[in-house]
Amino acid sequence: MNVFEAIRIAITGLVTNRLRALLTTLGIVIGVGAVVGLSSLGRGVESFIASEFQALGSNVLFVFSSAPTSGTRTTIQPLTTSEGEALASPTVAPAIRAVAMETVVPAALAFSGRIVELGVSGVTANYSEVRDWTVQLGAFISEDEIAATSRTIVLGTTVVEKLFGDRSADPVGQQIRLNDRVFTVVGVMQEQGAGIGALGDQNEVAFIPISTAQTRLGNARTRDGGYRVDVLHIAAWDEASMDDATLQIESYLSDAHNITFQGEQDFTIINQKDLLNSLGQVTGILTIFLSMIAGISLLVGGIGIMNIMLVSVTERTREIGLRKAVGARGADILLQFLIESILLSLVGGTIGVALGWVITIIGQVLVANLELTITSDAIMLAVGVSSFIGIFFGMYPASRAARMRPIDALRFE
Amino acid sequence: MVRLLSRLKTEMPEDSATSQRRVVIDIRGITKMYRMGEVEVHALRGVDLKIEEGEFVAIMGPSGSGKSTLMNILGALDQPTSGAYLLDGVDVSKMRESELARIRNQKIGFVFQNFNLLKRTTALRQVELPLIYAGTSSRSKRAKAALESVGLGSRLDHLPSELSGGQQQRVAIARALVTEPAMILADEPTGNLDSRSGTEVMQIFQSLNRDQGKTIIFVTHDPWIARHTQRVVMLRDGVVVSDSPVRKPLIAGQDERPSEADEMQSVLNSAYYGGDPSEYN
Repeated sequence: MNVFEAIRIAITGLVTNRLRALLTTLGIVIGVGAVVGLSSLGRGVESFIASEFQALGSNVLFVFSSAPTSGTRTTIQPLTTSEGEALASPTVAPAIRAVAMETVVPAALAFSGRIVELGVSGVTANYSEVRDWTVQLGAFISEDEIAATSRTIVLGTTVVEKLFGDRSADPVGQQIRLNDRVFTVVGVMQEQGAGIGALGDQNEVAFIPISTAQTRLGNARTRDGGYRVDVLHIAAWDEASMDDATLQIESYLSDAHNITFQGEQDFTIINQKDLLNSLGQVTGILTIFLSMIAGISLLVGGIGIMNIMLVSVTERTREIGLRKAVGARGADILLQFLIESILLSLVGGTIGVALGWVITIIGQVLVANLELTITSDAIMLAVGVSSFIGIFFGMYPASRAARMRPIDALRFE
Repeated sequence: MVRLLSRLKTEMPEDSATSQRRVVIDIRGITKMYRMGEVEVHALRGVDLKIEEGEFVAIMGPSGSGKSTLMNILGALDQPTSGAYLLDGVDVSKMRESELARIRNQKIGFVFQNFNLLKRTTALRQVELPLIYAGTSSRSKRAKAALESVGLGSRLDHLPSELSGGQQQRVAIARALVTEPAMILADEPTGNLDSRSGTEVMQIFQSLNRDQGKTIIFVTHDPWIARHTQRVVMLRDGVVVSDSPVRKPLIAGQDERPSEADEMQSVLNSAYYGGDPSEYN
């Protein structure tokens, strides 16, 4: 008997027991569907978060005050404008191209009865350039405005929407109130990143001259005569000089803050790439976790196949006996049952890929910003795994059927 | 009837005529021992049997006599513990399982008490089954011919559930015939049938034997059925206790089976089924 004959017999066997065959495939359908669907979801989330962080600008380091992690030091010496200016000098830190400074002041913005509360950022004029983030309307905060501590403000699109009712409104020239002081809107920032980012809404921002934030909205004077700064945005010359820049910042600030031991540092330097890597790890774990759940359901599906095939072998004992009586060899019976289970899992795998595709489409509809793609390797994996399951979990029942002695099988009631 | 009787007369008397014919089954000193836990069960304790081509033999015996074991060995479903079994001239007693499968496929046609048809499979496909394992071409033509020979030419596409018990057994007979085996081995073939269907099936077996010269072996415990064959082999406790020709074989459909009451009366009168007690020794 050749393989085609065996396949024909197996198909006939499956068609004869339609309902059972259908129920058996269900486990594999769900398993493969879960593998394909969840892995594409996991990957979608991964690439979404990566793109979110790409928006922060490359080659940028962030420096901010933080509590020392160890040692005896308990005070935190704030970062100041003078430190920022010093770091910008090529003699102090040759790896650094530019330093933008940011001081955040909590404030309430109001326009014709609408109020938005947020942390308003006082920034230096080069902030836009360092962060690689430009205005779409009007202009960014200028050096002149900083020198004049003028009451000018640049808004993010979310703030525009909340104050003026429409994301695409043009508020340039309008007067809004900031903590009851009148500010003139001079620009609107480009839409940044995805609307609901992992870092919060990056478009819910407002920029004013740093001098205005430091002097008019609060007293940010420090003991050394400079002004307090919350975040230093530091651009290195290129990606290769990021590590040098980090070292130079570390050594300058440690000197300035009288720090002698590792762990006593009262500041933190964050590399955009490190951030991306650690987040990548988290999302990678997420993907692995999802795949594991999917894999477990695939395993359960496989055990389901084995279970039903075993029941089927017992139930069809008489059939096996008869086939052997009319001349089927053990190998013929083995082939028949093995092909049945392989067919079951392959059909299940195919339907499962379709199900995963549907899951992906549903995911895409629900979360508009997620770009979901079913990769060919997920499909190949699913099909490979399901045929492996068919062989692996079908082998035991099939060999039991093949080993059955015809007399015992015929006498079975 | 007359023709049959005359033929029986020429065939039955003694060995002179039969010795010319091919020996289909030649069993020599077969024993079969099962081990059930600690206990050894001797199902067969040395059986010799010769069955020639064209014979119609009933193997009888009470439960536990070893007749089922003998049937399994005759049908190459099981191997004897010792002794030789030549089936159509081939010694099958030492064969491996896969070789036995080929022997069953080519030399033996089985008919079972419970038909053993595949569910939800048409009559034609049922009959094709042995041919599939034989790797034969033109299967449906041969299967159709076999079904026609048992009078089911108009029911090729019927499922078992659409056929009566007698028709189902006829499908099973067609399946046994289709490979043109050296012998047909039937295990209580009328056991699950009412008397009319039983008679029908019996007629088919008799005509196969009479008109086509098929070798048929019945395994039965029913003396009435045994009386339709030409030779009765009696087993008891694993040995052959008698082996003799049936003097006047009944012809299915011609003789009415005595009612249960008559049977009982006959037993009380120590005469089996109105026949001569010596027929069975």
